[in-house]
This record gives sequence, structure tokens and C-alpha cells, in this order.
Amino acid sequence: MATLLRLATAGSVDDGKSTLVGRLLYDSKSVLADQMEAVERVSTDRGLGTADLALLTDGLRSEREQGITIDVAYRYFATPKRSFILADCPGHVQYTRNTVTGASTADCVVLLVDVRHGLQEQTQRHLAVASLLRVPHVVVVVNKIDLVDFDEETYERVSAAVLESARSLGLYDVATIPVSALEGDNVVERSSRTPWYDGQSLLEHLEKLSPIGEPHSEPLRFPVQLVIRPQQAAGDEFRDYRGYAGQVASGLVRVGDPITVQPSGRTSTVVGIDTADGPLDAAFAPQSVTLRLADDIDISRGDLIVTSRSVPPVTQDIDGTIAWLAERPLVPGAKVLLKHGTKTVQAMVKAISGKLDLDDARLLPAESLALNDIGHVNLRLASPIPAEEYLHSRSTGAFLLIDPQEGSTLAAGMVGDALLDTKAAVEAVAEATVLA
Amino acid sequence: MTLNDYRLTQLQWLESEAIHIIREVIAEFERPVLLFSGGKDSIVMLHLAVKAFWPSPVPFPVLHVDTGHNFPEVLAYRDATVERLGLRLEVSSVQDYIDDGRLRERSDGMRNTLQTQPLLDGITEGKFDAVFGGGRRDEEKARAKERVFSLRDEFGQWDPRNQRPELWNLYNGRHTPGQHVRVFPLSNWTELDVWQYIGQEGIALPELYYAHQREVYERDGMLLAVGPVSMPRDGETVEKRQVRYRTVGDMSCTGAVESDALTVDDVIAEVAATRITERGATRADDRTSEAAMEDRKKEGYF
Repeated sequence: MATLLRLATAGSVDDGKSTLVGRLLYDSKSVLADQMEAVERVSTDRGLGTADLALLTDGLRSEREQGITIDVAYRYFATPKRSFILADCPGHVQYTRNTVTGASTADCVVLLVDVRHGLQEQTQRHLAVASLLRVPHVVVVVNKIDLVDFDEETYERVSAAVLESARSLGLYDVATIPVSALEGDNVVERSSRTPWYDGQSLLEHLEKLSPIGEPHSEPLRFPVQLVIRPQQAAGDEFRDYRGYAGQVASGLVRVGDPITVQPSGRTSTVVGIDTADGPLDAAFAPQSVTLRLADDIDISRGDLIVTSRSVPPVTQDIDGTIAWLAERPLVPGAKVLLKHGTKTVQAMVKAISGKLDLDDARLLPAESLALNDIGHVNLRLASPIPAEEYLHSRSTGAFLLIDPQEGSTLAAGMVGDALLDTKAAVEAVAEATVLA
Repeated sequence: MTLNDYRLTQLQWLESEAIHIIREVIAEFERPVLLFSGGKDSIVMLHLAVKAFWPSPVPFPVLHVDTGHNFPEVLAYRDATVERLGLRLEVSSVQDYIDDGRLRERSDGMRNTLQTQPLLDGITEGKFDAVFGGGRRDEEKARAKERVFSLRDEFGQWDPRNQRPELWNLYNGRHTPGQHVRVFPLSNWTELDVWQYIGQEGIALPELYYAHQREVYERDGMLLAVGPVSMPRDGETVEKRQVRYRTVGDMSCTGAVESDALTVDDVIAEVAATRITERGATRADDRTSEAAMEDRKKEGYF
């Protein structure tokens, strides 16, 4: 069965990220002849002896003119075993917001490190983002191994430093691979020039990673998108039809299951799981389905249907970790909109309780948060929502902050104070790993 | 049940994501519209919309930007589909703009670039605040940078430097008066995914997607169909060949490819084995410069 894995790249500017992505596409035979001809033509025009694979990912006119990457680009490639969606994120320090964008949906972050420079501030920053966003897997590509003559000791030193930093941030599933993206060593094929390395190539590793957790092991969370009520439009058969459409955010739902609707707390039983292709006995994340319930209770968009066996409490006060993505700084007292699942509510920033020092993952006191800062805030909401700790639920623990006037997205938010105390976060993740 | 019973196949995953996106738009916008050209991507998008609201009917109209250079099979397919699903069809016609002088015909006769103004006027006149497009990120390097929800200003412009971050599956469709949002439910699909889905779902397409005999002539490495708006020039010979289309757009700049693919399965095998991209093979308008698509997107095209 062909499965899909979502990747996000990260790394500093000159670590060879574009070259790696180009190499991955090229060596996995995902580049077509006309694309390659264009790359060869531009390379020749620039007086290069060989085709510059980095040009495969240089999309926009201004990117090519300025030699910088402006925004996340999405690439698609496939092997007989698996299809990949790769969010290719810019490496500049000031573009942490793009790394957050790419990592929020990623099953795996591919983080590049230049073997000559080892662990950099930017490496730690990206590891912190991967940890914060609970990306299940991280692969560290220790690149440019050809420039240190494929030296095992150098690789081991860099690898050990990265793994130690990752562990201190609560990241456990981290692999390191010695790679030359420029020459193709250990990208798709294992290299004979690193005989001391007995692990897999990058692509082999990516093919074998398990996709995001076991969705059925989490409790059911189903944010209601729409109430489907065709009335006379669909004919007599559906005159009294009333279904709740949405995408299962986590867990599993079966016909006959007892459910609770939050924030109202009303309860009922699932009597039907409908799709246009016919009814189902069970549905699981991330399927889009329509639920029918035994009782005619008041449910609308923004409500969360959950299993009655595990009901998240509702609250009007949220402690959250946010990545601030807007140009203008966030100050206490700001009024914003908060989008959680399918619900959008007004919110006020009561306090900023700290700003994350990405170098050692500690919270420092802060009066405001600037672009790309990651900090901790206390929010008061105009109406209650069933928010859960992001540490335990990547779906119902996430929220956006939105500018009420312009409508722009201001912040990526995660419920909880996981990063207030790194040690607690590490222990919690370790515990979660043991439980899983 | 085994573990695999709780995992979605690639096509199930893509379908589920697209339905989620389509439903979000209906929930959060006042007046959505779906851009429908009769091409395979817009046909798949409409199929997904039907599924998203079942058993309710599709709750929005469709808009066709008619270049006046359409393949007759495609127009027939469009009208039959609209009739079958009981949809309202809006048409913005490039020919009307040329007839009354608001647009001038280009010297090369291509009309794809002339679509932008009728499209934007159609959006303004219909007061549409969300416009579904069938664009996919695998099509072209400018499209690889596109968000699922793409905010456009009152001129319909795309600013790649100033896109909203798109986090988790929490789409932000907020906009101010005059702005609208382009929405691409098929963002994460590839050409092969689209064809496999067409096969899986048994979706009918205009016949010109499958191999057939047609009078064509070669220009700039492309096989153009002989028709009232695309006549061969001196020195171009007309031949009958077995061809099919990978994209169906403006007849005067969309080329056919030689093919023996008579069925969906044949096409899937052909697409899986091809060494040329969909647009590289068949779109003259994308060949005019390295950044042709990007430039048109910035002006307000899809």
C-alpha cells in the first residue's frame, strides 16, 4: 500500500540544502527531461561545467536574480515504496516562520549540518522548532563529508554533538547520516566512500520511517465543520437527514460509540458514519466523514465531538507557547482572534511570561515578542474551548492567532507550557514514548 | 483489524484533505465559486465537491473563463456536467472583450494571457470572495510556492513574498473588502495522483484525453490541432496522427502528444513512464519565458 510521508527541510543558508533536495529528486529519478534541460541551459549560461542541481529548486524570478530562497516550496517525489511531500524551507535565520510552517505538518524534519562547521546556533534553533512542534522524526544530514575526506572521526564528533543537543530538547527519534549532496554519497545509494558507516542512505531511511503515530491509539476528536441538512433539495429520502461533517482529528469512531459534544457537554451515540461512497462501520484520523447521532441535540460548526470515555475539559484561560510570525511585536493587552479546530474566538493576551532562548531552550523574561520569537503567553478567551496540551495532542493542542482587523496570521500556538521547563518536557516525551 | 486498516492510502489521504479544504471554504466564506474549465483537474475538483456535501447538492456556482478557442468536446462536457449536477454556470468570455474593444488580440493569436481581465471582472461582478482553482504545486515552479489558501488583493495579484504562513490544517480565510482568496484543494496532488483517482472513481472525461486520430501540424516541437482558430502556416504540413491531450486549454496554444493510450489504465502507465512534464510538453504559453507562469500569477491569473 503506497503511503504518504510529509517532510520539511531545515538548515543554515550554505549547508547545501537546495543541492540536497535537487540530488534527492534527481537520483530518485523524479526530475523530468524538460526540467533537467532547463537546469543544464541555465548552468551553461552561468559558465558552470556541470549542471547545478540547486537550480531545480530555485523557483521564482526574484529568487534566481538574488540567489536567495523566499518562501516554502513544495516538491513531490515517489519511490515504488512511498510518496513524499517535501516542504523545502528557506534557511535564513529570519525565516524561522517558514520552518514553523513546514514543520507543523511534517512527519519528519530533514536537518542539514555542514560537517566542517558542526553544531550551529541555527541547528539548535531548528531542533528546538522540531521539538516544540512535536515532529515525530528528525534526520540530520551531516553534509559535505567529501570536504573532510570522508573522515569517520569528524563525522562522529558532529553526530555526537547534534544527538546530545537533540536529546536535551526532548527529541529521541533522531538519526544522523554522512552525506555529500553535491556528489550523491548516501543520498539515494549507499556510498562506498564511507565504508565505516553501516547505516542506510537518506532515501532508504525515509522510506522506512513509520508515518505519524497510530491514530487509533489517541482518543476521538472530531471538530464539526458543517451541519449537512439537505431538506427538500436531495429528495424525500434525505428530507430529515442531519449529519455533522468534519475530518477526524485524532482517534477512531465506530457506530454505537457514546460521544460528548464540547463545549456544551451534551451526550449522544453515533448511529451512522456516512460518506458519498456509502456508510462506514468505523472512521479514523484523518478521514473526512459525516457523523449522524441518535439524539437531536444542538451542534454547530466549532463544536468538538469527542469520545465520552475521554472528555477534554473546557477553559477560557489558555497558557500557550507561540511562535510569533508578524512584523509588529506582540505586547500584553493585545486583542486577537484565536482559531482552534473549526472554532474562532476573541482572545486577549493577559501576559507574556517569557521568551525562549533557543540556544539552551530556557525561558528568559520578556516584555514583548518580536518576529520569529518563540515565547510563552497567557490568553483569556471570550468563550470556552476544549483545549488540550499540544504535548499530548498535535491536533487539538494547536491554534492560530489572527489579527482581527487585517485578518493576517500572527502566530502559531501550542497549548501548554512544555518549554517552560525543558526537563519536564523531556520526561513527558520519554513517558509518552514508553506508553506508545 | 490490522494496523494497515487504520492507515489511509495515498489517494484516500489526498481525497480526505481536499474534502476538508472544500468544506472549510463553504463554512467560512460568503460567496465561493469554482473555476471550471472542463479540464481534468477542475473535473476532479468538482467530483470532490459533490462528495464533500453529499447528500446535499454542491452549494456554489461554477465560473468558466471562455477564451473562445475551446475544444468543442470540452464545451459539450461542461454543459452536460452543469446540467447533470444542477449547477449555475457563469461565463466570462474573452471573445466579448475582444469584440467590444476592451482587449486586443495578440499577434500570435494566443489567448491564455488574455484571460486575466475577464477572470478578475467575473470575480468582481459575482462578488465572489473565494475562488476554487484546480492548480497543483507539481505543475510548475511558481505554483510550487503557492499556499492552499492564497490571498489576493483587489487587483487579484499574488505576492510570493507576503504569503500567510499556513500551519497544521488550520486555514485562515480572513480577508478585507475587495480582497478574495484563491483556494487550491488539489495542491498536494500530482498528475499521476489525478489520473489514478480518475481511474479509481470511474470519472468520465472529455474524449480528447484519450488517444484518437486527429489532423495536426508541428510547431515549435508541439502538435497543434487544425481548427478554425489554429491553422497551419506556410511550410507546416498537416498529418493525421494518433494523439491525446495531457491538458486542455486554449486550442491555439495547447499541444497534443502522440499516444496509444485508449483507456485510463493506459494513460496511467503512460504518465508514470513519461520523461516530460505536463506543461513542458503541451503548453506554448508557458514556454514564452522562464517565469511566464509566475508573471501571469502576479497579474492575477491562476
